[in-house]
Amino acid sequence: MSEPKGTSEPKGMLSRRELFRLSAVAAGAGILAGCDVAGGGGNAGGQGSGEGKIKALFMQQAAYSEADIRNMTADFQKANPKIQVEPTFVAYDALHDKIVAAAPAGTYDVVLIDVIWPAEFGTKKIVTEVSGDVPAAWQSGMLGGALTTAKYQGRFYGVPWILDTKYLFANTELLGRAGVDPVSLSTWDGVLAAARALKDKRVIEYPLLWSWKQVEALICDYTQLVGAFGGKFLADDGRAVAFNTGGGLAALEFMRRTLDEKLTNPNSLESVEDDVRKVFSEGGAAMAINWTYMVSAADDTANSKVAGKVAVLPTPSGPSGGPGVNGSMALSVTSGSRNQKAAWRYVSYLTSAEVQNKYAKNSLPCWAASYDDRKVVEANPKVVPVAKKQLASLIERPQVPRYNEISQLLQAEIQNALLGRKSPRQALDDAAAQAKPLVA
Amino acid sequence: MSEAARGVSEAGHRVKTSRSGSARLAYALLLPAAVLVFGVVLYPAGRALVISFYDVNSPFPGAYPFLGLANYAAVLSDGRVWTAAGHTLYFTVVSTAAELVFGMGLALLLAAPLKLRWLFRSIVILPWALPTIVNGAMWRLILNAEYGVLNAVLTQLGLADGYRSWLGSDPFVALNMVVAADVWKNTSLVAFFLLAGLSTIPRELYEAARVDGAGAVRSFLRITLPLLVPTVAIVLVLRTIEAFKVFDIVYVMTGGGPASGTQTITFFTYLQAFSSQRFSVGSALAYLTVLAVLALAMVYLRLLRQRST
Repeated sequence: MSEPKGTSEPKGMLSRRELFRLSAVAAGAGILAGCDVAGGGGNAGGQGSGEGKIKALFMQQAAYSEADIRNMTADFQKANPKIQVEPTFVAYDALHDKIVAAAPAGTYDVVLIDVIWPAEFGTKKIVTEVSGDVPAAWQSGMLGGALTTAKYQGRFYGVPWILDTKYLFANTELLGRAGVDPVSLSTWDGVLAAARALKDKRVIEYPLLWSWKQVEALICDYTQLVGAFGGKFLADDGRAVAFNTGGGLAALEFMRRTLDEKLTNPNSLESVEDDVRKVFSEGGAAMAINWTYMVSAADDTANSKVAGKVAVLPTPSGPSGGPGVNGSMALSVTSGSRNQKAAWRYVSYLTSAEVQNKYAKNSLPCWAASYDDRKVVEANPKVVPVAKKQLASLIERPQVPRYNEISQLLQAEIQNALLGRKSPRQALDDAAAQAKPLVA
Repeated sequence: MSEAARGVSEAGHRVKTSRSGSARLAYALLLPAAVLVFGVVLYPAGRALVISFYDVNSPFPGAYPFLGLANYAAVLSDGRVWTAAGHTLYFTVVSTAAELVFGMGLALLLAAPLKLRWLFRSIVILPWALPTIVNGAMWRLILNAEYGVLNAVLTQLGLADGYRSWLGSDPFVALNMVVAADVWKNTSLVAFFLLAGLSTIPRELYEAARVDGAGAVRSFLRITLPLLVPTVAIVLVLRTIEAFKVFDIVYVMTGGGPASGTQTITFFTYLQAFSSQRFSVGSALAYLTVLAVLALAMVYLRLLRQRST
């Protein structure tokens, strides 16, 4: 076919002049964009009238269920008819990034923050400081582990709402078949011995299951073991990393040993807490550590094959005792919120002892007095006695503004060790070398 | 001036005014699109470029220290970036190649005069119609070590001794599983492009080849393949660039693990920007990715032009 006459250039191609114009526009865009970086701005948030619409961001994973939160919110709106709350739910692993991405626009008025974020969100002013608003009675009435959740360098950036740590769950039927007494699971040595017995008697191929996917869940499990083996993430002055020596190293060596002995299910490396819950509920694991919400989930006959066969035990002890990882979370008012007054009312309501006690089934209250509240104990006959003991001793992940970067490095290097690509010592030394500039 | 000439000149004048009028209309019609392109493409691109020269470590505007090219230097000397680039390259080459091969087979099959051809064509397009997020979630379930279909099928067919972990036990296996999920989804797109290309090849060529005694393989190699080259080239450009930017399927299926074995360059960029709030490092990485894609696209386009001239 011949080309139509008169078209020296094929259509769709840019002429030189057009290209020049386009570049000019692009350059203009660049200059405009440049003004924006240097220009001021900051957060356009404000107190607001205390009425109207607010948006809240929650997670859909562990602790209070979506239904719990919707019911709490409905009750709040009944009591405060002039405030409308629109809750949004995301997976835990998307929560941090969504808070960050939504911050400049002030999309959410209330956000759920994890215990590892106050340093970052506080110093970057993504959430508001509420030190002056938290009544003294709350500070004395809430448990210490809960209070740390919202605190950084003595200032409060939210109100504790979820007080959680990982407990040891055991399938009593499987243990019984191997002749293991659940009492022997009070130490990690006892857990190892039980796992070997379960494997030797062919009760189950892999007795142990963990949340070791390359996400924050891995660090939670690791932290719990670091505590048991007497390790520390940071040196006492907080300016140097310390996880590559002593208990930090022993914890990773323990993890690796359970894989080498084929006691830990290799699927652990692709599992988060909810995968552990599902497999445990199917009878696919004899022992696992997980958050409080697994108690009611695994004992629910509608969704679990092991209902009635679940033992909830304190996290096992190592040579240095048995602190649980502090996995608490708090509710914060964002600095971009244009209705901070209404947002604070909502936060105050959700975190009140009354509401926390009412929904204690999936998440234990942050208030000390709640643990002697008859209704709370009755709702959780299995956990409350264990929680009373374990919540008194918790281990924190490092509270530094650049925690996420340290966590990412650790996750990758711990998995290198778990997959046998590096020795535990080498992996942690490598992580430490990379993390060093992040804490100084 | 004769009557006729006047008539012509008037007509020319009319054409001219209506032309400038229609040009104005065209610009007016283009304006919304131009505003949109400026707002969502040019402005963010410009801003990201500027940010990449600073040390922006919070989502808010403010006065940040100017670093010049330091972010680019830091990124290029970070071992994790090169590892992620390696994974991206592997993903791009293997998935694009597999999609082309399977897509070609599928296209030939769909072009065959079969009964119920419309039904097959509809079924084949289904994977491509699935959102990538859904596709990733689906494959994660299929590959789940405990209750996934793949392990069940393999053991019941006697092809495997026991259940194994596909996404957690070996970084290289996991990377290939992500490739497989991508290939499953995008093969249908490639097939449809090639099917369109096939339909432009005149039937007479095949008839003539048959008369000359050429078999099916020979006519595929001598007629189909050469005439499909332009289509293949377009598919190649599209798929390579798309594959190079792979993010969502990794986010859903593996989260970059195990041992960062499925971390691609865009996933690493995302972690830097949003998880670590190192927006400048993220922007620098994004620009380097753009440069790489641009280079690829230019090479492809040059090859295409050489062929067509």
